[in-house]
Amino acid sequence: MAKIRVGIPGALMYYLYFPLWQVFFNELGAEVVTSGRTTRVLLDHGVREALADACVPVKVFFGHVMALKDKVDYLFIPRVVCLNRRTVYCPKFLGLPDMIRHSLPGLPPIIDERMDVRAGRAALFRAYRRIGSSLGVGPLLVVRALARARRADARYHSLLLDGWRPPEAMTAVPAMPKEGRKPDLTFGVLGYPYAVYDDFLNAGLLEKLKRLKVRALTAENLAPGRLAAQTYDYSKRLFWTFSDQVLRATHLLFEEGKVDGIIHVSVFGCGPDSITDKMMELKAKLHRAVPFMTLIIDEHTGEAGLTTRLEAFADMVRRRKETVPCSR
Amino acid sequence: MFKVTFPRMGQSYLAFQMLMNDLGHEVVLPPRPSKQTLDLGVRYAPEFACLPLKILLGTYLEALGAGADTVVTTGGIGPCRAGLYAGLHERILADLGYRMRMIVLEPPRWRPLEFIRQLRLLNQAHLSLRAYWEVIKKGWGKLRALDNLEKLSHQVRPREIRQGDTNRAYARAVSMMSEAYTPAAILEAEAAAAALLRAVPQDPVRPTVKVGIVGEIYVLLEPAANLEIEETLGHLGVEVERSMFLTGWTRDNTWTETTHGLTVREAAIPYLPELIGGHGRDSLGHTVLYAKRGFDGVIQLAPFSCIPEIVARTILPRVSSDWNIPVLTFFLDEQTAKAGMTTRLEAFVDLLQRKKELWRETTPAPPKGRYFT
Ligand code: SF4
Ligand code: SF4
Repeated sequence: MAKIRVGIPGALMYYLYFPLWQVFFNELGAEVVTSGRTTRVLLDHGVREALADACVPVKVFFGHVMALKDKVDYLFIPRVVCLNRRTVYCPKFLGLPDMIRHSLPGLPPIIDERMDVRAGRAALFRAYRRIGSSLGVGPLLVVRALARARRADARYHSLLLDGWRPPEAMTAVPAMPKEGRKPDLTFGVLGYPYAVYDDFLNAGLLEKLKRLKVRALTAENLAPGRLAAQTYDYSKRLFWTFSDQVLRATHLLFEEGKVDGIIHVSVFGCGPDSITDKMMELKAKLHRAVPFMTLIIDEHTGEAGLTTRLEAFADMVRRRKETVPCSR
Repeated sequence: MFKVTFPRMGQSYLAFQMLMNDLGHEVVLPPRPSKQTLDLGVRYAPEFACLPLKILLGTYLEALGAGADTVVTTGGIGPCRAGLYAGLHERILADLGYRMRMIVLEPPRWRPLEFIRQLRLLNQAHLSLRAYWEVIKKGWGKLRALDNLEKLSHQVRPREIRQGDTNRAYARAVSMMSEAYTPAAILEAEAAAAALLRAVPQDPVRPTVKVGIVGEIYVLLEPAANLEIEETLGHLGVEVERSMFLTGWTRDNTWTETTHGLTVREAAIPYLPELIGGHGRDSLGHTVLYAKRGFDGVIQLAPFSCIPEIVARTILPRVSSDWNIPVLTFFLDEQTAKAGMTTRLEAFVDLLQRKKELWRETTPAPPKGRYFT
């Protein structure tokens, strides 16, 4: 019998949880198909199918689903609600399977298990077990699959922590990418994983920084414990996991003052970002020694415009470093 | 004594003004949002902030300029942005150099002690617990009366014989309410105002279409934010029913009257089982219920970039085709112009009227006892 093929769209949660889910489904005996990296064609599909007012990452997600839907037996679009007991995901994540189901025609069955650690004991495990049983796999096998998947996940995240980027860290035997010229600047590059790591959407931001001899420090390069311990001065924590992470990282980097600049990779039309970015900007005002810039990415992010802005920013930082050598 | 201001939503300010006066404050009335309010908000709010955040920021700036020193507002605990507004406003205003007191009423179950502390802080008249309860009840009564009058105006306007009569009567009704300060006076004023509205000469046989309005609460409740869409529709001969009022819809029996026995939540669940914050799920549920009740169409109002309403809007076409009810969506931002909106509304109403006529011609006489408009 041919293996069941499960499709995992290469967008949104993909950048953090693909290895976990891939191993999990493989262990259950399914074949995992992914739509790979975002391309012009994928994005155009998404833009055509998704609502014009939706944010780009959601449009990209639609595009990935379109690319996958005819190649797989199941689509895996979990409803990820809360994974840490404290913050939830953006409302669009909460309604993601419904948005897909009710607006795209000709879809294979969607596995949309709800993942919310607050929903009783071992809620996540029970979610995975239900996934297993919908594929006809018993609980014992699920336990084993999940254990292996979690190991893969831990390894993946520790690679990210060490500075690997998702595409390299996802390969079986990661090889450190070729070092470019030796970086002389370090920038914090903060934003949602699907904005920072989708190199089509952000027009190759990380690659460009490398060429400018800038080392990029992302939120995934910061130890989770340090991020969790970091507080920010706001009457409430931001409700959404990714925004909360970004704001914590912002405060951490500004307060340590070790980076030479901070770039916020913000998304056009993103609701949570309107608040996150403003909070970052207000924080930046208190730490003028570390320059801050917001890059807004959308479906038309142009290579040329981006390069110019990055160059100008890096130049400015270098000049400042030369003129005030020992201000910090 | 504080000089208090608060968010403005429709006519509700009359009730809040009375409440704040009773609690011993001077009230700096939030001005009706104007072009200038919006400009102020747009200038200082983040670009992708939703319209309510921008308008409220503009409102606060104007009220602070007029001498207010305290802002009273509500909070929330997600998952949508509204709960973070108060904190953001406070920071933006502080960054602009304004010093003011921000009293944020959070849902009591979140931090009960904090809630009580805020209530005590508000009580500058040192009312007894009992008196406090009485003034809140009185304020609620006024709010209900105002909501009732607004609903009545929605029914009268499409049938008025001389255009503008309803608006004039409604303006007078509101000013009658604004002068009622005791529970008895409020009841009396409401009755008189309702009589005034009913006295508007109406054409009882004019064919009207019925449209339900769903969407995000602020743009639903503040006419300045939705460019007086209800008035425009009324003048086009449309009877509107808005899905949301500050005093809630549970108290009136519109929904239990349906024989379908579905709550909004139940109606929405097949389409969106998850609560996503804001009023996204309500928009879907209300649309289903409007369809079941035989409405001719539904209009969704949402601020540009509003997350829950974008989710709802993505799913609405399916609801619309499942239940055969036309839906029109407006995403409102500072660039939305009234003329453009009116054109789209005219086309929509035209469509509804033609659809209805077609249906009348091709359908045999309705069975007895069922409700048809
Ligand atoms: S967080 Fe922003 S970018 Fe991400 S899905 Fe939500 S609105 Fe879109
Ligand atoms: S429901 Fe919409 S308008 Fe309200 S806070 Fe959320 S995004 Fe803004």
